[in-house]
Amino acid sequence: MLSVREAWNASRRAPLLSALGVITIAFSLFAFGLFALVAVNIRHALRGIEERVEVRAFVSEGTPAEAIAAAMADIAAFPEVARVDYVSQEGALERARKDMGEFSDVFEEATLPASLDIHLRAGLRDPGTVRAVAERVKSYQFVDDVRYGEEWVEKLYQLRTVAAGTGLGLGLAFAAVSMIIIGATIRVSVLARAREISIMRLVGASDAFIRAPFLIDGFAKGVLGGLLALLLTWLAYRTIDLRFLKLVFFDPRLVALGILCGALIGVAGSATSVWSHLRRI
Amino acid sequence: MIRLQDVAKEYTKTRVALSHVTFQVKRGEFLFLIGPSGSGKTTILKLLYMEEKPSHGDVWVNGVHATTARRKEISQLRRKLGIVFQDFRLLEDRTAEQNVAFALEVTGASKATIPQRVSRALTQVGLASKATHLPRQLSGGEQQRVAIARALVNDPYFLLTDEPTGNLDERATRGVFQLLRDINAAGTSVIMATHDLEIVRKADDARTIELNHGRVVFDSAETPPPETRYTPLIGQPAIGGPNEGNWPAPPKER
Repeated sequence: MLSVREAWNASRRAPLLSALGVITIAFSLFAFGLFALVAVNIRHALRGIEERVEVRAFVSEGTPAEAIAAAMADIAAFPEVARVDYVSQEGALERARKDMGEFSDVFEEATLPASLDIHLRAGLRDPGTVRAVAERVKSYQFVDDVRYGEEWVEKLYQLRTVAAGTGLGLGLAFAAVSMIIIGATIRVSVLARAREISIMRLVGASDAFIRAPFLIDGFAKGVLGGLLALLLTWLAYRTIDLRFLKLVFFDPRLVALGILCGALIGVAGSATSVWSHLRRI
Repeated sequence: MIRLQDVAKEYTKTRVALSHVTFQVKRGEFLFLIGPSGSGKTTILKLLYMEEKPSHGDVWVNGVHATTARRKEISQLRRKLGIVFQDFRLLEDRTAEQNVAFALEVTGASKATIPQRVSRALTQVGLASKATHLPRQLSGGEQQRVAIARALVNDPYFLLTDEPTGNLDERATRGVFQLLRDINAAGTSVIMATHDLEIVRKADDARTIELNHGRVVFDSAETPPPETRYTPLIGQPAIGGPNEGNWPAPPKER
C-alpha cells in the first residue's frame, strides 16, 4: 500500500515527467501497433487467398451418380478435408462463363467436365498436404485428372513463410526498440528520484521496498501508454478504413495482449532501470 | 561493536584511500576521526555503513562482515546505524516530521507507532515546535537536527556523522555538537569525522583517531600518557579552521 502511495506521490510531484513517460511509451507502442496492424492485415489477406486453395478432381463422363456420391462421402471423411462439392457439367460451364466476364461467349459451344471440388481445412493447406490429398483422390477410377494449382500453392506458402518471418523479425525489433525507449524514459524518472533512493538505502530500506514503487509506476505507465497507443492505432485504422482501403482491426484477445505487453514492457523497463541504479549505489 | 583489521581500500591502483587501518570501537564510545581532506575519514565511514567494501582486511560492524555481507544484511544493519552528513540529505518536499517518519516507513515500522517515535526524536533534537516546517524554512543547524532526528528514530547502536558541522555557523555547530554529546551520554556510540579541531579540543574525554594519507597516525586510545593525548596539531591553539597545511606528513612506507 505504501509502495502504491509512493508511486502515486512521485507521479504527482513530477506530473510533466510522468506525462512525458506515458506519451513516450504510447508513441513507441503506437509505432509497434501500426506495424502489428499491417501484419494482421497481411495475414488476413493471405488467409483469404488461402481459403481458395482447393483440389479439383475431374470426373469421367458417364460416371454413375451413386459412385460419385460414395466417393464424396469417402473423401469428406479425410481428416484434411473440410468440404466436398460436386460441380456438374452445366455448373462448370456456368462458373467458367462467370469467371470470364465479357469473354464468356468463348464457352458457348464448349462442354466442360464435371468435378469434385475439395476444400481443405484451415491449417492443412500447405503444399505437402494438398499434394497428398490430390494423390489419394487421383486413385479413384472415375477421376480423369486432378488439379490444385501446385505452383501457386507453393508460392503462396513461400510468401506466407516470408511474411511470417519478416513479421516476427520486425515485430521483435519494434518491441526491442520500444523496450529501450521505455527503459530510458523510466531511467529518467529513476534519476529524478536518485536522492530519495539514496536516502532510502541509507536508512535501511530493502531493495525490494525501493523497487516496488518504480515497478508499480512502470506498470501504470505501461498500461496507460498501451491504452493511448491503442487509441492512436484505432484512429489510424479508422482513417485508412474509411478513406483508402478496407482493413481489419485487432480482435479483443489481441487488444488485451497489446495492453498486457505495454504493462510488461513498463514493468521490465522499470525493473532494469532500478536494478542497474541500485547496483551502482 | 566495530572492528577494522588491517583494512585497505583502493579505488584504483593509483588511488589508495586507506592502508593498514586497524582499530575497534566499543559500544558507548565517542570517537573523532580527524585528518586533512583525502586522509580517508569518509572512506572509513563508508566502510562502516557498507557503501564500500574493503580491498583488503576485515570490517565488522555489529557482527556483520563487510566483505561477505549480502545486500539484505546491509539493509538490516543500516536500520541500526544512524548516518548524518554535512549536506543534511533531507527530502526538500517533505516536512521535518515527514523526513523523520520516512526512515521508519521505508523500513516497515508499525504505522501506529510512527507518530509517537517521530515526535520523540524531534523532541530529543529540540525541534518539536518545527515539525511541520519544510527544510527550506529551517536554518542549517535546524536542518542538521532533523537529519540527526532521522538517524536517531530507529534507536541506532552507532551514529556515524560525516562533517556534521561542516556547513554550520559557530553557534549552530556548538548546538549540534552538544546534541551529539547528549546522544552519546544516553548510550549511543558516536563516530564523528570532522575537520573542526576546536570541537575536538573541547571534548577531551572523547577518543580521537587521526588519519593522514589513509593511515592511522594517532589513536588516543593507544597513547595513554596525558601529555601525548593530542597530536601536535590538536595541541596547537585553534586558528579558526582545519589549517590543512599543518597536518603532519604521512609516515614512510614500511
